[in-house]
Amino acid sequence: MIRAALKSLLARKVRLVMSTFAIVLGVSFVVSTLIFSDTLNRSFVSLFAYTVGDVVVQPEGGDVPGGGDSTATVPAELVDTLAALPGAARADGQIGVQGVYVVDTDGDPLGGFGPPSIGGNWSDAPAGNGLRSLAIVEGREPQGPGEVVLDAETADKSGWSVGDVVPMITGEETANLEPTLVGIADFPDGGSLNGATLAAFETSTAQDLFLDGEDVFNDVWVTAADGVTQAELRDRVAEVLPDGLEAVTGDSEADAQADELLEAISFLTIFLLIFAGISLVVGSFLIVNTFSILVAQRSRELALLRALGASRRQVTRSVQLESFILGVLGSTVGLGLGVLLAIGLRAIFATIGLDLSGQALVYSPRTFIAAYAVGIVVTMAAAYLPARRTARIAPVQAMRDDIALPEESVRKRFRNGLGLAVLGALSLLVGLTDLVDLGNGAWYTGLGVLAILLGVTAMSPVLAQPYLELTRALFARWFGSIGNLAGQNSLRNPRRTAATASALMIGLTLACTMAIVGASAKATVDKQIEDTFVGDFVVSSIFSGAFSSSIATRLEGVDGVEDVVSQRFGFAQYDGGFAGIGATDPDDLDRLDLTLATGSPDDLTLDTVLLGTGFARSNDLTIGDTVELEVNTGTVEWTVAGTFEASSLVSSGLLTSLETFEKAGYPAQDYLLVVYDEPGASDMQTKLDRALADQPIVTAKDQAAYAAEQREPIDQFVLIIFALLGLALLIAVLGIVNTLALSVIERTREVGLLRAIGVSRGQLRWMITLESVVIASLGAILGVLLGIGFGLALMTAVRDEGLDVIRVPFGQVAVFLVLSVVIGMLAAILPARRAARLDVLDAISTE
Amino acid sequence: MSEPSPHDSSREPAARVVGLSKTYGTGEAVVKALDDVTVDLYAGEFTAVMGPSGSGKSTLMHVCAALDQPTSGEVLIGGTSIGSLSDKQLTMLRREEIGFVFQSFNLVPTLSAEENITLPLAIAGRKPDAGWFDQVISTVGLGGRLKHKPNELSGGQQQRVAVARALVSRPRIVFADEPTGNLDSRAGAEVLQLLRDSVDAHGQTVVMVTHDPVAAAYTDRVVFLADGRVVDEVRDPDRDGVLEIMARMTEVADSGDVTP
Repeated sequence: MIRAALKSLLARKVRLVMSTFAIVLGVSFVVSTLIFSDTLNRSFVSLFAYTVGDVVVQPEGGDVPGGGDSTATVPAELVDTLAALPGAARADGQIGVQGVYVVDTDGDPLGGFGPPSIGGNWSDAPAGNGLRSLAIVEGREPQGPGEVVLDAETADKSGWSVGDVVPMITGEETANLEPTLVGIADFPDGGSLNGATLAAFETSTAQDLFLDGEDVFNDVWVTAADGVTQAELRDRVAEVLPDGLEAVTGDSEADAQADELLEAISFLTIFLLIFAGISLVVGSFLIVNTFSILVAQRSRELALLRALGASRRQVTRSVQLESFILGVLGSTVGLGLGVLLAIGLRAIFATIGLDLSGQALVYSPRTFIAAYAVGIVVTMAAAYLPARRTARIAPVQAMRDDIALPEESVRKRFRNGLGLAVLGALSLLVGLTDLVDLGNGAWYTGLGVLAILLGVTAMSPVLAQPYLELTRALFARWFGSIGNLAGQNSLRNPRRTAATASALMIGLTLACTMAIVGASAKATVDKQIEDTFVGDFVVSSIFSGAFSSSIATRLEGVDGVEDVVSQRFGFAQYDGGFAGIGATDPDDLDRLDLTLATGSPDDLTLDTVLLGTGFARSNDLTIGDTVELEVNTGTVEWTVAGTFEASSLVSSGLLTSLETFEKAGYPAQDYLLVVYDEPGASDMQTKLDRALADQPIVTAKDQAAYAAEQREPIDQFVLIIFALLGLALLIAVLGIVNTLALSVIERTREVGLLRAIGVSRGQLRWMITLESVVIASLGAILGVLLGIGFGLALMTAVRDEGLDVIRVPFGQVAVFLVLSVVIGMLAAILPARRAARLDVLDAISTE
Repeated sequence: MSEPSPHDSSREPAARVVGLSKTYGTGEAVVKALDDVTVDLYAGEFTAVMGPSGSGKSTLMHVCAALDQPTSGEVLIGGTSIGSLSDKQLTMLRREEIGFVFQSFNLVPTLSAEENITLPLAIAGRKPDAGWFDQVISTVGLGGRLKHKPNELSGGQQQRVAVARALVSRPRIVFADEPTGNLDSRAGAEVLQLLRDSVDAHGQTVVMVTHDPVAAAYTDRVVFLADGRVVDEVRDPDRDGVLEIMARMTEVADSGDVTP
């Protein structure tokens, strides 16, 4: 039996390769995700080891997600005390702030949305565990004002050499610097800054630039003497620390920093795994279908085996064995492809500034286990039903020509499918609304979507019947007898037609849902900007970060500017997650035209906060309640002074006063400026651009440009999702190719007969193309309908969270439908050619 | 053994086979299926091709029906040599000049009996001649089962539908490959009578490959093949005459003249 199974596998290479393709894709997604996140993990943990001392002394509450700067510091006199401790070899004050951008030789600032652009002091302190930290590899250390050292990678990217004057931009009061590059530093023992840029100044210069000239540090590294562990040293250091400061070991600090960064990009891992899941679900459809057809085709062969004395079990086993081998094959190829994908991901990340090339890819045993487990389990599960069906083949069927599927089974499937879809809808309801709170809504939503998709798939042979009848009638009218034949063929086995269409349906459902989410989000942005945009220009960073508060002063001086309202922004920990906090002068609330749902601007006094109505509702907060936040200076408790309606100019859910914000340790740097023109002022864009010429990190945008800028990330996001869904689509196309190819083989004699009575090759190709179009359009129509359903459900559910415009992009939907017909025609090319090429005589004499 | 008479000037041939050879394989494994066969298939006649298994009778029909290419020699259908035709021209030939009846699996399972009958016309984009169509339908004798799918018809009914389909486009020549091979004797007789009637009433040319002497008795002429050659022929055969010749051929084969 094993030999028979192997032989039958080999005899069907092409078909199996096509059905394996889906497994390969799914597994490769899983593998690349795991490899990449392991690599990130290893890389971060090992790299951060070079940027922490044995013991780090820092202000308490210094770890705020988003890595913003803190104004809390460590006094300089403490450094000597720490150096003199028993067990301490030395202590070094460290300065490091973000938003210090090096402008390259082309005039473009280096940096991005990811890794920070750091400015600090030059220090030759060794990193934890005796690792050598940055060391000068060219030139010398900075020795006074106007001298800077850059890390080797930044120097390389910016194009500056030792001796050049390097233009730099900071978020501090002095917004532009022009120091001379005197040295280049690198990690002698390996390691990197993970794509961050570093500009290091002599310590007192750095204090002048970044710490208002006070003799303080952001943190202090204490180096352990020989034979002293990090933990021992930490305990000794902790004994002498004043209130408000804490000591942590370098190892745990490196872990914490790595975790923070990993969490920030965890969305990516989740994202990739979701798409791995989608391609596996779609892929398993393909496998179910392929095996069903193969089993049906081989039913005579299998019945013959039964007639010759093979037990049911042996027959079923042989199919299971085939699927097992297929799973192993698919997993192995998927593993290889996954490694390539991981390398690709690393390259993509390098282009957006997170360079991991210093770290070899990490292959943990977990990755291999997961690859094979996923590949084999999915394949065997998908082949289970077809395998079980083989056992029902009676030996007598070896003598019969055709084996029809009993009608009842389709109806039973319909009932089961309906049940599943109803359960899915309920789960979706639980996930999307707060009628019943069962915990994680996202899980229920995902499960609901999956259940509905599977349910509709099970129902689809019955659901599709009217559509198939209709297309048959239409095709017969439009394309004559060839159209009729094509229509009849798709009706011949509605279950197979529908199952093949389901793969396309899933892809298009998700694409359609995303199209609706994207279009609605953009419409919401547009509407919000239209409704709430005030002033004439908005000034913000191209990296959506903070910039120097001197810019506002500078713009106020521009001819024709009446007023500039500034807003600050930072992150705080709230309720396990993190929340954005905006800050502005309470007197400017009127100027921003912010509509307060409750409270009044006058109530926004020290240690109070206004909440966005959405934030207040989802966290069940009202006026007078206390909001507890982890900020730079530790834990603060702010009283809710009121709530405000969503505005395009306030992106955070919390808005507080500048005073409160500064008290919480956030630096005095702006995030968004609203510029008001004087009446009759002209040519303002040019004037503002000129004023910002030496600050290439900020741009002035009018309402239309601001709207476009806000829409852009949505478009990009939707596009990325479409690209990933393209893979699901590709699998679906392969599924159609597979089904058509198999049914051409199945109908070889019929094809021969048709050719013998005068059907031309062209007519035959056309017939199969039309069959393919029926399958594809069926999938597309079901997918579009479901997608619109899901999209509307989703958008209705999040209506309260500010996304209150629901838009169905009918143009895009029409494109999907047309595309599906094209896909159908493309998928038919190979099977049609195969059918047309069949030798008439051979075909007729086929068993 | 009477000398075969490949040419008979009193009748028009619907198809002519001239010096036809067909070999399969190469080198040691070469098999000569047809060896210099020359025979005319006359218009308006019902001809049977008989011979033991491996005599080349099926190959002869396949080549004549343009389903297979000759190795050498020529087949002319209505004066057209089929050896040099492209696939497109062959398709046209099958549409216009040739009708087929096979042993089994003769109908498109998704189409009704009536749709099956009109399929060749529909494919060619032609309208059925109403009078002729009705006549064909009535001779098939399917009664009320015209709208039924093939799997709802008996084997004999299916084969009669196949005959009707072969006749409906009024081809120059109808080829039937063991049309009764899968049928019981009564159903087989009905199919053979249908073919016979088409020859008698409408002057249809029919060529049938068979190994059944009873079937051969329905024809006007039997051509006997052995080892790829025409070895005998009989006009107006009866069952016993055919049996006798078959028996003789078997004796010759058994006497051992088989060295290559």
